[in-house]
Amino acid sequence: MSGQPPPPPPPQQQQQQQQQLPPPPPPPAAAAPVPGVVLPAPPAVSAGSSPAGSPGGGAGAAAWGRGGRPAPAPAAAAAAAPPPPPAAAAAAAPPRPPRPPPPPPRPRRRAPAPPASPRAPARLGAGGGQQRGGPFPHGDSALNEQEKELQRRLRRLYPAVDEQETPLPRSWSPKDKFSYIGLSQNNLRVHYKGHGKTPKDAASVRATHPIPAACGIYYFEVKIVSKGRDGYMGIGLSAQGVNMNRLPGWDKHSYGYHGDDGHSFCSSGTGQPYGPTFTTGDVIGCCVNLINNTCFYTKNGHSLGIAFTDLPPNLYPTVGLQTPGEVVDANFGQHPFVFDIEDYMREWRTKIQAQIDRFPIGDREGEWQTMIQKMVSSYLVHHGYCATAEAFARSTDQTVLEELASIKNRQRIQKLVLAGRMGEAIETTQQLYPSLLERNPNLLFTLKVRQFIEMVNGTDSEVRCLGGRSPKSQDSYPVSPRPFSSPSMSPSHGMNIHNLASGKGSTAHFSGFESCSNGVISNKAHQSYCHSKHQSSNLNVPELNSINMSRSQQVNNFTSNDVDMETEHYSNGVGETSSNGFLNGSSKHDHEMEDCDTEMEVDSSQLRRQLCGGSQAAIERMIHFGRELQAMSEQLRRECGKNTANKKMLKDAFSLLAYSDPWNSPVGNQLDPIQREPVCSALNSAILETFPSMISVPDEMDSHGIKQKQKNPRTLGSTLGSWENRGFCVRVIYEHFWTEPHFPQLPLCLKCRQKDFQVT
Amino acid sequence: REVTASSRHYVDRLFDPDPQKVLQGVIDMKNAVIGNNKQKANLIVLGAVPRLLYLLQQETSSTELKTECAVVLGSLAMGTENNVKSLLDCHIIPALLQGLLSPDLKFIEACLRCLRTIFTSPVTPEELLYTDATVIPHLMALLSRSRYTQEYICQIFSHCCKGPDHQTILFNHGAVQNIAHLLTSVSYKVRMQALKCFSVLAFENPQVSMTLVNVLVDGELLPQIFVKMLQRDKPIEMQLTSAKCLTYMCRAGAIRTDDNCIVLKTLPCLVRMCSKERLLEERVEGAETLAYLIEPDVELQRIASITDHLIAMLADYFKYPSSVSAITDIKRLDHDLKHAHELRQAAFKLYASLGANDEDIRKKIIETENMMDRIVTGLSESSVKVRLAAVRCLHSLSRSVQQLRTSFQDHAVWKPLMKVLQNAPDEILVVASSMLCNLLLEFSPSKEPILESGAVELLCGLTQSENPALRVNGIWALMNMAFQAEQKIKADILRSLSTEQLFRLLSDSDLNVLMKTLGLLRNLLSTRPHIDKIMSTHGKQIMQAVTLILEGEHNIEVKEQTLCILANIADGTTAKELIMTNDDILQKIKYYMGHSHVKLQLAAMFCISNLIWNEEEGSQERQDKLRDMGIVDILHKLSQSPDSNLCDKAKMALQQYLA
Repeated sequence: MSGQPPPPPPPQQQQQQQQQLPPPPPPPAAAAPVPGVVLPAPPAVSAGSSPAGSPGGGAGAAAWGRGGRPAPAPAAAAAAAPPPPPAAAAAAAPPRPPRPPPPPPRPRRRAPAPPASPRAPARLGAGGGQQRGGPFPHGDSALNEQEKELQRRLRRLYPAVDEQETPLPRSWSPKDKFSYIGLSQNNLRVHYKGHGKTPKDAASVRATHPIPAACGIYYFEVKIVSKGRDGYMGIGLSAQGVNMNRLPGWDKHSYGYHGDDGHSFCSSGTGQPYGPTFTTGDVIGCCVNLINNTCFYTKNGHSLGIAFTDLPPNLYPTVGLQTPGEVVDANFGQHPFVFDIEDYMREWRTKIQAQIDRFPIGDREGEWQTMIQKMVSSYLVHHGYCATAEAFARSTDQTVLEELASIKNRQRIQKLVLAGRMGEAIETTQQLYPSLLERNPNLLFTLKVRQFIEMVNGTDSEVRCLGGRSPKSQDSYPVSPRPFSSPSMSPSHGMNIHNLASGKGSTAHFSGFESCSNGVISNKAHQSYCHSKHQSSNLNVPELNSINMSRSQQVNNFTSNDVDMETEHYSNGVGETSSNGFLNGSSKHDHEMEDCDTEMEVDSSQLRRQLCGGSQAAIERMIHFGRELQAMSEQLRRECGKNTANKKMLKDAFSLLAYSDPWNSPVGNQLDPIQREPVCSALNSAILETFPSMISVPDEMDSHGIKQKQKNPRTLGSTLGSWENRGFCVRVIYEHFWTEPHFPQLPLCLKCRQKDFQVT
Repeated sequence: REVTASSRHYVDRLFDPDPQKVLQGVIDMKNAVIGNNKQKANLIVLGAVPRLLYLLQQETSSTELKTECAVVLGSLAMGTENNVKSLLDCHIIPALLQGLLSPDLKFIEACLRCLRTIFTSPVTPEELLYTDATVIPHLMALLSRSRYTQEYICQIFSHCCKGPDHQTILFNHGAVQNIAHLLTSVSYKVRMQALKCFSVLAFENPQVSMTLVNVLVDGELLPQIFVKMLQRDKPIEMQLTSAKCLTYMCRAGAIRTDDNCIVLKTLPCLVRMCSKERLLEERVEGAETLAYLIEPDVELQRIASITDHLIAMLADYFKYPSSVSAITDIKRLDHDLKHAHELRQAAFKLYASLGANDEDIRKKIIETENMMDRIVTGLSESSVKVRLAAVRCLHSLSRSVQQLRTSFQDHAVWKPLMKVLQNAPDEILVVASSMLCNLLLEFSPSKEPILESGAVELLCGLTQSENPALRVNGIWALMNMAFQAEQKIKADILRSLSTEQLFRLLSDSDLNVLMKTLGLLRNLLSTRPHIDKIMSTHGKQIMQAVTLILEGEHNIEVKEQTLCILANIADGTTAKELIMTNDDILQKIKYYMGHSHVKLQLAAMFCISNLIWNEEEGSQERQDKLRDMGIVDILHKLSQSPDSNLCDKAKMALQQYLA
């Protein structure tokens, strides 16, 4: 210490310091300054808790230091941008731009999307530039071993699946992917090879096959090998034809769970908070429950809870990546899963078994058979397949409990609802079932709210007759509502096309399509959709249906192009009927369907839709109707008490008027024809309840933990979930879950096979 | 009256001289009482029980008669709690236990069934099973007789095993070995009762738990068998009970918290038990067990928090009775009402465990719909259980600085908390007061209003409690309160606590209390004006106390803390003199400068530094006096110390002499 020593701090300061950070080594429990010191320990659940054992001072202080009221995020940022990336990525990554709301046009220049020729290469090793060309003396045996294990595991997990008919996904498809996706390691490893600059550079890949309905419960896992630059990875499901230049979940019929924010994306550009984030080293699993059409994810073997409900059928496992360096590996059963999926399957098997066991049936000979036949018959009646129901009843010596006329009536009403002609639907219901809506004021309210929405849409008859028209029908069908015709009046050439198609194979079918679409379908998106289907060279019923419809629409000179959507949801009825000539599908596009639901996203660019079809009188009528609705809501509240569901419904419907273009507004999905379906089935069920002798329409599972015996014994119908349940057939449930040898074979499959009854 | 008359007929027949007729009478009585509570009560009133017991014990009675008597008694016990009380009053238990010595299996089974019914009643004291030391070994021996003896005995054990004493008795009589193989019984009831036995045996019992992990049954380890029993296709009761067994074994230290059977099996199973599909009772048990399992382990807390949306799932526990049930279904309303409290307290407990350590989880809990409101409401519920659980939950959440500053402030949590603290039972006081400690932290915005509502008095009151946990919390909260407080608060504390109490606390048997009291003193004695003010009024007592502790047998931390107090005093302007004029204290400081423990040396050094600091008045004299005491020599020695901290401080002190 030579020269002038640095002036020592005055004692006062030193003293202060002592208080701040207690003397030399901070005496653990002393002088409060270190916050960690003063925090009582967690209370013990078992023993009386005491704040003994203060947590280590230093560490506690560090952890506590960052506390404090967080600075409020700037409002604009909060509104527009998604939450900041997880801490790990925060330093390097710039804030992620908002998800693009409308699907960006396919960047044609940059993404030539090699139209992988259908005849092109071998199944294995086709993609990703892996050198898997020649024979591999060593690799092969290992590969075979893996293949064998995969085979064993798949058989055990999905015993009901007939792979001849519906192959299981085993790898990613080198054909069904965006060009920024590279595949390797037998098409199980996915890596990103684009620029990853914006969300427009997102890229996805689908598995080779959709998940067969017969799986009952399907599961696959994805291991994050590297989160790459930003870890913008999405794992999920999508239907065939969904744009691959996107992450799963952003588009219609696409569902995803994203690693960067842990949100779930259900056919929407904005996610919902769902689970934790995931990153390098994590194993994410995705389970599709085809019994109740839900999906949940797992992270490192832990179930994260339901992410999606009401899933459509025929989804493909899908992953999407968005920034360089992202690499993920799929496990479709090649290796043991981290999550105990078999335990989950066991639970469902037991659940269904127990419900079947509890179903009261006599022991006498033949009662099983009768019961099954009744069940089938009630299914047909419920959905209004009257011709089939009649034929089935005849051949099985049953009586149809509902009169044929009544079935037709219901069908008529359903059709009106699905066509958006709510006013007429309500009127017809009131005529045919006079007291029904009086007794169900809430149902009536639901119907009226829907009517209001249809008025906005321009489809309801009340506004249409005022001159407003749905834009699509404007040029082709300028008439007021027509009288209804019976379903059997649907054009018969739909069937011809079908025969043609099945007779000559896909080529003939396709060319037939081309010719009949001539001048009718002006929409590229639709064409490419059909095209992509063609590529799969796998004809299935929905496809045929789309042909049927295009054809019938052409005949009727319509330009409706929303056929995909319709067929997706009604394939059932149409599929059955078209093959054997029973014309009773509730969704048949026959004459009176022409002027309904023509809204599709693609329309908007060409023809701008207008409020109530653009007529001033119609708008006034709609406003007036809205007032009536408001009054009705108030009256309902006075009489039946508060009903939050009703309140919300009305509020949502009214908020359509707050936007200049309701179709593209945040509440615009109400205008989607799909939204007619729940209304339709609610009305149908309500009508059916008026027939006491009918098999009751399934109700909700008892969720209140009250023992079953306190309630009425359930019908078998309810044990199998709702009839409305799509994508899963009764027979599959039985085959999969019923192990008793004496269980009678169902005479038919209602859904998954494209065959109808062999009724003679 | 008529019924009574007709019942008399049954009793009369028990006194018939013809044993055959007596037997027939008992059989008729059996058929008459089944499922008929009124008839049971009548027969008890008419004195059937002593006669039945007499017949049961009589040497001359046929085995058949004895058996039928036991059956009737069992039937009577199935009735109301009053029936059981009457049976107990007639000393039925010794009689039945005696019956177990019979060679006849049917009779033994009948006795056991009756004993089972009696012991599972809440009015029966468990101790009755243990009064005769020969009973337990005999029951163990009977376990091999039949599936019924197995079922009943296991059921008796699982109901009568309360606390470590009972566990030890059963364990020492070979309960683990005798019951383990029953887990593979063909009878579901036997498996289930055996499982229940293990759950009560393992609870908070490391000895039993450690044994259980190594028990082999049919070549499989017990934990593996439990894991199989919690597969999702097993009955819920079985899943829940085996999850309990594994939980208890884990908490007792026999299974690691990162073991797959806990992380991937037990925890997810318990989360499933909380789901809406389960019965209300199951949801309560599931949540409580899960709370217990994850309480000490932050990793388990994190996993639970992401499993199946548990945090949102628990919010549903607060929705009973639902508004729907009130209108539509009286039965359900009743059911809901009965469980509403239990559900709420279970949810609070689980939230408390979930939020015990992780800031993100706390945030997620508080962001759950109306959570703060629910907790605040819970604080003033009539049920002690709910109040306690709500306080625990809040306590857990109050460990977050951010929440203290935001949600806790927005919801004025301190108000109901102060209310809870008035006249609450000790168990609530303990948790509530430790939460108060957190709310009194310097940065907590609740500090002011809490002070204004009389917290000082309340806390000083707590320091006089019999319960050491309450004393600690009281003094701890006072310590927090005094940290960087204004003079007025400090004076309030001193006045309210009184120096007598302060001294009492300094000689408290609980080390924690002592440490926190010293901490309080230190916080009181900070900033120069405060030091001088306090020392001018309480200087004498404080110096006495300090001397006392430095002379006493205390550990290093206590002494260090005390020396730090001295250092603070040495920083005062006038207070310095209290040290300088006290040669005894100066000698002690000198002693600790040469102590073998660096911590104490450093603390003593701080005192010296403060005393010899140059720029202050009278520093020269103090320096001289200390030099005369030989302090400078020590400083020189210390400046060669291998401890750099100590060495620096010594050099710095020596510079004061140079200047």
